[in-house]
Amino acid sequence: MIKGVILMNDKGKPRLVKFYDYHPAEKQQELIRRLYGVLSSRAEDVSNFVKVDSLFGPDTRLVYKTYATLHILFIFDSSENELAMLDLMQVFVEAMDKCFSNVRELDIVFNFNKVHAILDEIILGGQVLETSSSEVVKAVEEISKYSPNPLCFFSLLFFTHQVSQDAISYFLFRMERAANSLMAVPSITGWQGR
Amino acid sequence: MSGPTLLDSLFQRSLEDLIKGLRLYVGDESTFISKSLDEIRREIKSTDPQTKSIALQKLTYLHSIHGVDMSWASFHAIELSSSHSLNFKRVAYLAASLSFDPSTTDVILLLTNQLRKDLQSPNSHEVSLALNALYFIATPDLARDLTPEVFILLNSNKGSTRKKAIALILRLFELYPDAVRVCFKRLVENLENSDPGIVSAVVGVFCELARNEAKSYLPLAPEFYKILVESRNNWLLIKVLKIFLELAPLEPRLGKRLVEPICDHLKRTGAKSLAFECVRTIVTSFSEYEFAVRLAVEKIKEFLNDDDPNLKYLGLQALTIVAPKHLWAVMENKDFVIRSLSDADANIKLEALQLVLAMVSEDNVMDICKVLINYALKSDPEFCNEILGCILLACSRNVYEIIVDFDWYVSLLGEMTRIPHCQKGEEIENQLVDIGMRVKDARPQLVRVGRDLLIDPALFGNPFVHRILSAAAWVSGEYVRFSKNPSELVEALLQPRTSLLPSSIKAVYIQSAFKVLTFYVHHYISTKGVISSASQGVEDLMHGRVQENPQFVRTGPVADSDTDDGGLNPMMLHRPVRDVSVESFEDMSVAHEWLSSTSSKVEPITEESIVSILNFVETTLGPLSGSHDVEILERSRNVLGLVELIREELLGYLVKREEDNDKGQRKTHEMIKLIAEAFSEELGPVSASSQERVPVPEGMVLNQNLADLDAICGDLGLHIPTSFSFGRSISSGKDDVTMSDLQSKEEVESTESTSLLAEHRKRHGLYYLQSQKKEMVYDDYPPANDLKTGNNADDEADDLVKLTEQSLFPKKKANQAKPRPVVVKLDDGDGPFIPAKKVESKDDLISGAVRDVLLGDEATTSSSRTKKSDKSSSKRRQKDKLDIDKSSVLKEDSKALENSELENASLRRSKRHSRGKEKKHRSIAKDRDEHEEGDKQKVSHNHGKHKSRQRADVALTLAAQSPVIPDFLL
Repeated sequence: MIKGVILMNDKGKPRLVKFYDYHPAEKQQELIRRLYGVLSSRAEDVSNFVKVDSLFGPDTRLVYKTYATLHILFIFDSSENELAMLDLMQVFVEAMDKCFSNVRELDIVFNFNKVHAILDEIILGGQVLETSSSEVVKAVEEISKYSPNPLCFFSLLFFTHQVSQDAISYFLFRMERAANSLMAVPSITGWQGR
Repeated sequence: MSGPTLLDSLFQRSLEDLIKGLRLYVGDESTFISKSLDEIRREIKSTDPQTKSIALQKLTYLHSIHGVDMSWASFHAIELSSSHSLNFKRVAYLAASLSFDPSTTDVILLLTNQLRKDLQSPNSHEVSLALNALYFIATPDLARDLTPEVFILLNSNKGSTRKKAIALILRLFELYPDAVRVCFKRLVENLENSDPGIVSAVVGVFCELARNEAKSYLPLAPEFYKILVESRNNWLLIKVLKIFLELAPLEPRLGKRLVEPICDHLKRTGAKSLAFECVRTIVTSFSEYEFAVRLAVEKIKEFLNDDDPNLKYLGLQALTIVAPKHLWAVMENKDFVIRSLSDADANIKLEALQLVLAMVSEDNVMDICKVLINYALKSDPEFCNEILGCILLACSRNVYEIIVDFDWYVSLLGEMTRIPHCQKGEEIENQLVDIGMRVKDARPQLVRVGRDLLIDPALFGNPFVHRILSAAAWVSGEYVRFSKNPSELVEALLQPRTSLLPSSIKAVYIQSAFKVLTFYVHHYISTKGVISSASQGVEDLMHGRVQENPQFVRTGPVADSDTDDGGLNPMMLHRPVRDVSVESFEDMSVAHEWLSSTSSKVEPITEESIVSILNFVETTLGPLSGSHDVEILERSRNVLGLVELIREELLGYLVKREEDNDKGQRKTHEMIKLIAEAFSEELGPVSASSQERVPVPEGMVLNQNLADLDAICGDLGLHIPTSFSFGRSISSGKDDVTMSDLQSKEEVESTESTSLLAEHRKRHGLYYLQSQKKEMVYDDYPPANDLKTGNNADDEADDLVKLTEQSLFPKKKANQAKPRPVVVKLDDGDGPFIPAKKVESKDDLISGAVRDVLLGDEATTSSSRTKKSDKSSSKRRQKDKLDIDKSSVLKEDSKALENSELENASLRRSKRHSRGKEKKHRSIAKDRDEHEEGDKQKVSHNHGKHKSRQRADVALTLAAQSPVIPDFLL
């Protein structure tokens, strides 16, 4: 089974942390720190496997993949295939890419809930459930229909003026983009890293 | 803190605001977080679900990303989960799944009803939220209470919901094994589903289950086989292969059927992941099918030559799996493996290293080690030590199985010590000492290497090699008789730089100096003695030599043990000459040889050199006699005492040289001799299990006096028996020898003595192989210590036969042309003790239940049910009959009905009878407790446990009687 999924950036800041066994918050932070230590010591163009027996006990493996500024880490045991995990990572990234249309690190930072929703569609309880990114996107979009807008202000607007939800979503989407670019964060290109 | 005002709610910061604020905040993040936490604490108490949900969302974010504690907010999450809005529910469940600890969060129980409601909801999103959350927060109670709901979902119309329910089932089985009885059948039915996603989910669950206890799932092999042959879904195939990986070793006949489809997949597939899985399955479980392995190795070669380092790495890993059974596969890729040692990737390097060492054999060990040491010199410290560790491990495997030339190996160990990054001090130390004790022939080289290490001043700088120095010091002291220049050793052992060493090692140094000094002086005196007493006649000379210089007489085992005995028992010194004379002529030649060969090399010992050494020792050790470390203090005092003694002796010698040997002088002379002999006693390895093999002496009742002791010493009494026997084992058998030898000496006249001796020898040989080996090599010579009479010669021979029968070594004649030196091996005590693996009781429970379900008896299902319906055993019997019918029907369904099944059924029936009776008793007993809620639960749990274990037994006997399963396949 899959034991955990971690997204962190190249500075070691976690962006998404999901362990399928309970670990207390401090331990999670400690694990992330140590994993970052391991990852940052690895050169480019080397294999994507890391021995993590010392961190997670025997029979655990870790594969990671770096997309621009973001590392994606999967921790799992011997009932998963290493290469299949790398494929699954690709599925995950593709799904995010479709949900956020050309995903960047900031999308992941600001869409905490949605990224969790995407991941939950792919993996439940450490078991891989969906391997088609379009199916994942479909399910996530369906759920998002239920969710009101992220800002109270706009939800008030929505109730009072009966503006169509799509219009508001679109508006919000533009706003968000603008905000992101205003903050002059380097845009992430080349998501389809190795 | 006051509740949030309307204004607060209106202008509440959203999660986005929080994140932005955090990103823009200059300075310490934690101050911002604690400020936000204050806000959140206020907001979360709001009655407005919107405000509450945003507060919870922010808190969850801070918890997950910044590690903030949110256990205090558990209840708020539960409160919010009852909201009607899916969005709020989602926030609540996410918070629960990320922060609840099933073992400590006690409010989880409050969620039971809400979860049940959501699981039954018509809205599939609510259902999937609940399923997802349930995985994270499930407790045994929750699992028990919600199993029925999840069971219903296993038949859900909506594929995605069904998949999630299936994935969750695994957790329920784990926490509440009785869920197996309810859900298993439906789970199996889902294997036939047309939706590959659902099948994949089920297979995933079985893959996990089979990993813990594969045996129970053998009956499902046909279903999995069907998937393997028919499916083209790579994800699914990988999981099925994983299952077969577990099943194959249990049923050899599976192999025949499986190998072909797996090879087909391997040839056909373009997906690397599936290809690798096929390769792994073949090399792990089907390595006896040559053609399949050939194919797999071809594929591995492709992987190795790929540009992707991942594939290279996995290819090497696969080779590591093949290596033990098909070394040729590694040999074919030898060049690649060696090249990979210098790969940029640490993973690949490590795998390559493993493979290189897998190729090591008697013939190439020297070459390979040479190559590896060169790599180690060039590598970074970490990998360098990795290499050293692997070499040490490979060479010492199975008591130095692959080492023929120990001189070379010992030198290699010395070479390793000099590698600057070397951190393997402890391991090298152990091996140096171990080789010293086990391999007699390696000792001269050991002493040479030890000397080189001791005089190398550069080594003091690396704290990791200090322990090696300790071994070098010990070896030089213990085997000083092989040293060419003892005085140099003394100087090395007491050089000023030794102050850099930790005190425990320094103590070893001083003790070794003691041994060397004793040897040195003793050597001097005895050579003098030989010269001066030349007039005393040949017989005396011989006697004197043999007795006084036991270390020269490196002859037979018996001679050694003789002198050892003498060393410990002054009485023995006056042993009549005939004791030794039997062998002494033979030995003398050896001693002479040694003398003549060494005396040319060893610098002649003069009074001057001795005096200078004594002065040196006194000046260096003088300050240490006031050391704070007791070990150092005591040992240096010992040495100083010896120096004192020698001075006396020497002076006496110098003064009275012209006169005849005086009695007083004789005395000190003998004392030095005594000390020297004490040190010449040989130390050998002791089997870890030797303790068990020490027979209890006749007439000794271990338990008899213990009761009294208990009364006397209280709890201390408990330790007495162990410490007694421990002492015996620790004495490494040698002291045993002395003790019983003494005994036998005392009763020389009685006829018992010989049998005692024989018995001793027999016993001795059992757990202390050294004597055994000696007797084999030198069996031409009767043991000198034995007072032989005609009638016990036969016994002797018998003993010898027994001993050789027990021997581990192939019998070697002493005069064979330079064979591998004898390595003392203990029969079994060499390996570390590996405790037997215990199967987890929980897995037992699951698999027991699974066997039940698969074998079709469902009537005695969950314990709760049996609790209600019970009492009449006749009813039960009827029911059982029905069950058997049912079970056979079920078997038919899965094409499993065999003739043998009938037998099984009857067997089961008879077993069931007895079980039914037992249950009746139990249920009566249970009726009494039924009123107590808490107890009831416990009882039912125990009950279930007991039952399933019983079942497991039944199932086992069934399996043993007739392997039903593979027949569907064949």
